[in-house]
Amino acid sequence: MAKTRIEATINGEPVEFLCEPRQSLLEVLRDVLNLTGTKEGCLTGDCGACSVILNGRLVCSCLVLGLEVAGATVETVEGLAAGTELVPLQQAFLQQAALQCGICTPGFLVAAKALLDSNPNPSETEIRYALAGNLCRCTGYDKIVRAVMDAAALMRQGQGRASSPMQGREA
Amino acid sequence: MATVTNTSNGTYKVVGTRPLRPDGVDKVTGRAKYGADYSLPGMLHGKVLRSPHAHARIKAINVEKALKLAGVKAIVTGRDLPEGENKSVPLGEMSVNPRHLGHNILARDKVLYQGHAVAAVAAVTPYIAEQALELIEVEYEVLPPVMTVDEAMASTAPILDPELRNEELGDQPTNIAKHTQLKRGDIEAGFKSAEIVIEREFRTAMVHQGYIEPHNALATYGSDGRGTIYCSTQGPFEVRGMSAAVLGISPGSIKVVPAEIGGGFGGKTTVYLEPLALLLAMKTGRPVKMVMTRAEVLRASGPTSGSHIKVKMGCTRQGTITAAHVWLAYEAGAFPGSPVAAAAMTVLAPYAIPNVLIDAYDVLVNRPKTAAYRAPGATNAAFAAESVVDELAERCGLDPLDFRILNGSHEGTPHPAGPPYKRIGFIETCEAIKNSAHYKSPLKGANRGRGVASGFWFNAGMQSVAMVHVHADGTASVVTGSPDIGGSRASCAMIAAEVLGVDVDQVRPMVTDTDAIGHTDVTGGSRVTFATGMAVFQAAEDVVRQLKERAAKLFECKPDEVEFRAGTFAAKSNPSTSITIKDLAKRLPRTGGPVTGRAAVNARGVGPAFATACIDVEVDPETGKVEILRCTIAQDAGKAIHPSYVEGQMQGGTAQGVGWALNEEYVYDSQGRLLNSGLLDYRMPTCPDLPMMEPIIVEVPNPGHPLGVRGVGEVSIVPPPAAIANAIYRAVGIRMTELPMSPPRLLKAILARRAEDRTSPAAAARA
Repeated sequence: MAKTRIEATINGEPVEFLCEPRQSLLEVLRDVLNLTGTKEGCLTGDCGACSVILNGRLVCSCLVLGLEVAGATVETVEGLAAGTELVPLQQAFLQQAALQCGICTPGFLVAAKALLDSNPNPSETEIRYALAGNLCRCTGYDKIVRAVMDAAALMRQGQGRASSPMQGREA
Repeated sequence: MATVTNTSNGTYKVVGTRPLRPDGVDKVTGRAKYGADYSLPGMLHGKVLRSPHAHARIKAINVEKALKLAGVKAIVTGRDLPEGENKSVPLGEMSVNPRHLGHNILARDKVLYQGHAVAAVAAVTPYIAEQALELIEVEYEVLPPVMTVDEAMASTAPILDPELRNEELGDQPTNIAKHTQLKRGDIEAGFKSAEIVIEREFRTAMVHQGYIEPHNALATYGSDGRGTIYCSTQGPFEVRGMSAAVLGISPGSIKVVPAEIGGGFGGKTTVYLEPLALLLAMKTGRPVKMVMTRAEVLRASGPTSGSHIKVKMGCTRQGTITAAHVWLAYEAGAFPGSPVAAAAMTVLAPYAIPNVLIDAYDVLVNRPKTAAYRAPGATNAAFAAESVVDELAERCGLDPLDFRILNGSHEGTPHPAGPPYKRIGFIETCEAIKNSAHYKSPLKGANRGRGVASGFWFNAGMQSVAMVHVHADGTASVVTGSPDIGGSRASCAMIAAEVLGVDVDQVRPMVTDTDAIGHTDVTGGSRVTFATGMAVFQAAEDVVRQLKERAAKLFECKPDEVEFRAGTFAAKSNPSTSITIKDLAKRLPRTGGPVTGRAAVNARGVGPAFATACIDVEVDPETGKVEILRCTIAQDAGKAIHPSYVEGQMQGGTAQGVGWALNEEYVYDSQGRLLNSGLLDYRMPTCPDLPMMEPIIVEVPNPGHPLGVRGVGEVSIVPPPAAIANAIYRAVGIRMTELPMSPPRLLKAILARRAEDRTSPAAAARA
């Protein structure tokens, strides 16, 4: 099938790719652009493992066609950290032990970023509902919710920018 | 918040602390590579054609049209697999029937469940492979499906496997693969001495492990006759052995490279795609990648059994249990092998009961072949038994925890299926709940109730190998063959660091492939931190022993004259002569060469696990929806190496137990077609469904492990369904006997109770 040339901004970088009409954004990210940090869990928008931020909005990339991102900005888990410097959400997930197998983690980080971008001081209930579209089967969500609360606090204090992942090793 | 009840005396430097996990950065940056993230040049994509019928004879398969489709490189059917032996053969920890395993990978003469694999295609793109599936013509003779154990056990039931026989029925065809019976004491005398007897019947639905990562496999095969499989698995050595058995080739010709794994919970201890990908790679000479869709995962991987259970239990008025009879029938799925025997051995394990009779039936039904799921078999059975225990406690007028403590198993109690327990921590888990802030707090409000329940799991030992390499800069690497599914690299690194007396960030742990390490059994049975941890402990001790020899050379003394403490070697005769591991590592080239510690264990000394949960619920009487208000779980870890990941196991297992209790179930129509093969309708707990979960780590050290470890992965799933049922009873006065206790089912019971109250004054008075 004929492929279409698409230009988009992915994780701050201009990107060009060829895309079949039926290919989802998830397939484009993983199979065309080799950004395999975004995961496939269900392909029906029920698990959130493929969460990305599209033009500032949280979406399941399995439900978006690759063609739809022409001219758009896309943020994936690979774009969270600035170089080797982890952002507070990533640090908090590590320090709270908020991951076990880790397959849902990219989706949770992206969904939590989308929440904190719009609400820097969410309540526990707001966090739980903001993450309702992301399934985790390992943790029971407890440590994930705590990590998001910690990250929000860190960001409000404007801290957590300078610390490397190996500092402050006590979780 | 989390608390640790510590009964151990050991003082550790690393063990019991909470360092960041060594694989953490990869997992929060998207860099970690799971099975589906691998690809290779020239790779083909494989897809599976699956049966639309639950039970049918395959009359003919025609692949000609599909083969002609441009881009299709190979198609295989059941006839391409050798017919395996129809007998149980040992394979690592488990035993496998090669014929059943092969027939599950690709059906041969019959399809036995909707979704049963019938053919597999390799093509240049996944889309072409999918298109080819539509061109394969299969002629079926549809047979009546058998969907429940009750139907399957009836003498008139359609037979799934005409060759299946069991010892009791002789030469009569049957769907009952096995009847196991456990007995102790005199059951009749036991019930005669009981003053209160409760007899109840329970049913539980088939449920899935629900790992977020679908099954995947990428296989290559070279003209040297050697294959490699990259996949997300709990058991790379099992993948190697099973794939070899299915394909009729030597296990040694296959290397399995375990990728990061996105959850398993027992469901990734067997094979589905792995032998198919390898077979297609053998046929085409090209790498073949296969990934299941979610619908395929639900329809055709291995969920755990639905069950029908009867429990009769009697006690004295003072609350001493005198007798118990348990009858268990578990869905095996399409081939024998439900966890019903484990259910029989776990169901009464928390209690010292003198007179016991347990009957357990493994029953074929037209559903997918079940696989392990976290404490396999125990949760269904505990739902039944712990509901009856709760009712007995109520009839005796005893607090349900006091009733459990009164009857609780302890050191010396005979285990229903084996020798007496060594030191165990069951009663300690009950006491931990009893003393918790949660249990001491009042629960107020209409339609609210609090329930408790307990659970048991054996835990496992089995085989593990570990190597510890010392590097020139004084760091060490720990190499094992145990896929890390929940933080075991962290615990292995911590154990090595503890023995070597170095900081944990000086130790790099890794999981390697089946050619690079000796046989290591599955990541399962809560065994990795126990058994692989034991191997790591011994391998690190081996390093210390070798380094003492090197230090002795430098000190010009005998090795047994060298002391090792806190990472420093010193001559006993002259303590001022000392050298750190770091400095000694630099001297290795001139004192005899590299140092690698090794250990291979078949771990004995397994310490069983117990857990007790306390759950508060609120029932909405208008909808039947149950909200979990508060949840505390106490579990005996033996020794928590990394308390955060121990808590994580406890919280995650509890969450799965809540899902099993309230919403999760396989829903089939009358023709055996699965109606909820997606994650919208197969309803697992989401973040707003759950409260914070309060773990209490109880530490009663396992005398069989150098650090006291028991293993923590499984038992926490066992208590929640019964605890929630007991809480619902206290909230609305209804004892639910069927899982899941979903809104429609509970609402029906509430409405039936209301109707009964309207017509019966006695019932109204009771209410």
